[in-house]
Amino acid sequence: MTKRIVKVYPRFERFWHWMQVVLIMALMVTGMGLNGVHSLIPFGPAVMLHTLAALALLALWIFATFWLFTTGTWKQFIPKIEGMVSVARFYAYGVFKGEEHPYEKIFWRKHNPLQAATYFVLKWFIFPAIWVTGLLYLTYNFWAGSNSVVAITIIANLHLFAAYVIGAFIIVHIYLLTVGHGFRQHVKPMVTGYDEIDLTPEQEAYLETNEPGRLKPIKR
Amino acid sequence: MYIKRAVLGLAIILSSATFAVAQEEVSKSTADHSKFPILQKDFQSGPEVTEACLTCHTEADDQMMHSIHFTWDYEHPETGQRLGKSNVINSFCGSVAGNEPRCTSCHAGYGWDDMSQPAPQEANAKDCLVCHDKSDQYTKLATGAGHPPMQAKGKTITGKDAWAVDLKKAAMSVGMPDRDNCGNCHFYGGGGDNVKHGDLSSALYNPTHDVDVHMSSVEEGGEGMVCADCHVSDRHEWAGSRYNVLASDPHGTGKPGEARHAASCQSCHGQEPHPTNIKGLKLNDHTDTLACQTCHIPEYARGGVPTKSMWDWSTAGRLDENGKPIHEDDYVSSTGQHLHTYLSTKGNFDYQEDAEPYYAWFDGQVEYTTYDRKIDPSNTVDINVIHGAREDGRSRIWPFKRMEGRQAYDTVNNNLVYTHVWGPTTDTAFWTNFDWAKAIDAGMKAANKPYSGEFDFVDTYMYWPITHMVAPAENAVDCVECHQQDGRLANVAGVFMPGTNTNGPVGLLGKALLLLTLMGVVAHALIRTFSRKSKGGHHD
Repeated sequence: MTKRIVKVYPRFERFWHWMQVVLIMALMVTGMGLNGVHSLIPFGPAVMLHTLAALALLALWIFATFWLFTTGTWKQFIPKIEGMVSVARFYAYGVFKGEEHPYEKIFWRKHNPLQAATYFVLKWFIFPAIWVTGLLYLTYNFWAGSNSVVAITIIANLHLFAAYVIGAFIIVHIYLLTVGHGFRQHVKPMVTGYDEIDLTPEQEAYLETNEPGRLKPIKR
Repeated sequence: MYIKRAVLGLAIILSSATFAVAQEEVSKSTADHSKFPILQKDFQSGPEVTEACLTCHTEADDQMMHSIHFTWDYEHPETGQRLGKSNVINSFCGSVAGNEPRCTSCHAGYGWDDMSQPAPQEANAKDCLVCHDKSDQYTKLATGAGHPPMQAKGKTITGKDAWAVDLKKAAMSVGMPDRDNCGNCHFYGGGGDNVKHGDLSSALYNPTHDVDVHMSSVEEGGEGMVCADCHVSDRHEWAGSRYNVLASDPHGTGKPGEARHAASCQSCHGQEPHPTNIKGLKLNDHTDTLACQTCHIPEYARGGVPTKSMWDWSTAGRLDENGKPIHEDDYVSSTGQHLHTYLSTKGNFDYQEDAEPYYAWFDGQVEYTTYDRKIDPSNTVDINVIHGAREDGRSRIWPFKRMEGRQAYDTVNNNLVYTHVWGPTTDTAFWTNFDWAKAIDAGMKAANKPYSGEFDFVDTYMYWPITHMVAPAENAVDCVECHQQDGRLANVAGVFMPGTNTNGPVGLLGKALLLLTLMGVVAHALIRTFSRKSKGGHHD
């Protein structure tokens, strides 16, 4: 095993991530305004912005889904039980003792088990919940009859709940960037694309030969 | 070259100007009534003019005979109630019965002085001029049972000192009704300017654009429309009813060229009035629950004329030490006009200007608490009940003026009573004698209704649908006026509205989740900081 600087986040994945940051932030701020949490943005413009950001995010997700399946990256997001307990134990205990993170990032597995499980729940339950309810909310008048008050009440509340869960995710997500090597070190790969990864000799040889652009030369 | 062009331009301007003038010279109508010899007479009375009209317009009196403007009698097609001014009791001057020559001053006819009889049946008892006079000097005497003043004595229906009308001039001027023809009665309902409706006042004779986009002049940026442009008529029957309102109009504009006899917004603006963009689509989403008026008439009684919002009859009759009627004028309008807040004849009043409407589901049906309905005096009595609910699919949330009243009722029979208030020569009229017992007794006799002789006063509400004074689009009710906690529609049932309840169960749950997450993160960070300084640990 050799530590090498490898491009782990290709350009599209970084674009995907930062676009999500912008759009989800816009949706959070406008959505909270629409819900009555604050009144920083006038209601009408907030509706427009929320709708446009949501449609843009949906389009982005369609591209991302296509990308995940065509590149095989989807496998990164399949959760595994193995190793999850040790990661959980680390965050709950070891981190306070100054222990090393039990998970070593490897080439085909950039998420630790807890991360993968979180993204799995997020991608398969929370995100679908928010966009299904959001689309139903948006298209209310296409399907509603005069007795749809209960339906729209349930839909709106599910939408709201999913939004709060995503809000909680964002808090933890940002906080965990500060654990370990520090915030800057953690954010950097998502900006530059490169991170330090343990490569097997086979992986290293494969990348040297076939995808030299993904490897940074070893500093002498 | 430039001079040549300038001359050419000038020539074009001049020729088009002459063309425009020439166009205006051609009469719009095929008849110039000033050229009819039969109208060039020194008429001595209103009915004489009507006789002259009927020599050509042979069917007009028959049409008028069936019009609510003449019958003041209306059988509601859905509730079967007998309504119309000759039957209903309101929270203003109460009832026509018992006060005929005063109230029937605005009758579109002549000489109706007994409500227990139908309006006079003679052909010449219709008043053509009140609607068709274009000389703007025809009027009706306030106490003349519909007749015009023939000498400068008394008051007119709009409260001005009367003048001797020139019937010849009026007869020769006739044409289609414009604003003052309708407004001279309808703007002054309830006994004064904008007293009754709230959205019909003298401000509409010549409104500014922000008061009414339809009726303001083209120069003002409006449409220069008159009442009859929306209240289209067919056989002297007009579209638009306050008893049986077209609360929603699924028919819309109809097929191209189709004549629609509906005084609804949709009959011109259609079902999807907002532009097809992301904002317009969302606004169009509201049309299944809201009447157009709900957003587009943000306040009523605009344009500087207040409307009466409260009338307490129970305090009427207080006299000064000399036994003379008193008045207090403590309300000052935005234009500096002082209005009565107390009159011995009428009791206490309050007014509102630029008033926010009351909102309710409305299917168009209005049921009146006529004298034959039992009331519950322990509660506020609805003088008219607004029907409608979300579930019926045809109701919309409408704006209303909600008039607060306190008026007399029969404490034994529990019904509202007719009151004889006007009658300068009777010894029973309240405004002359200040004696409720006599006034109610006489009113009930005039209406030919049973009365126990016992009375008291009860609190009432009366609802007036708001539909005039449409504001410019930029002044429409802003989203947040309703989409907020305790917004405008907070008391309307059967509505789910985003933004009105941020602290509902799920909202609180979500906020708790965020709070717990934040607390967890902060606690985690604190423990990290105060335990051994972390050196290792990769990755998030």
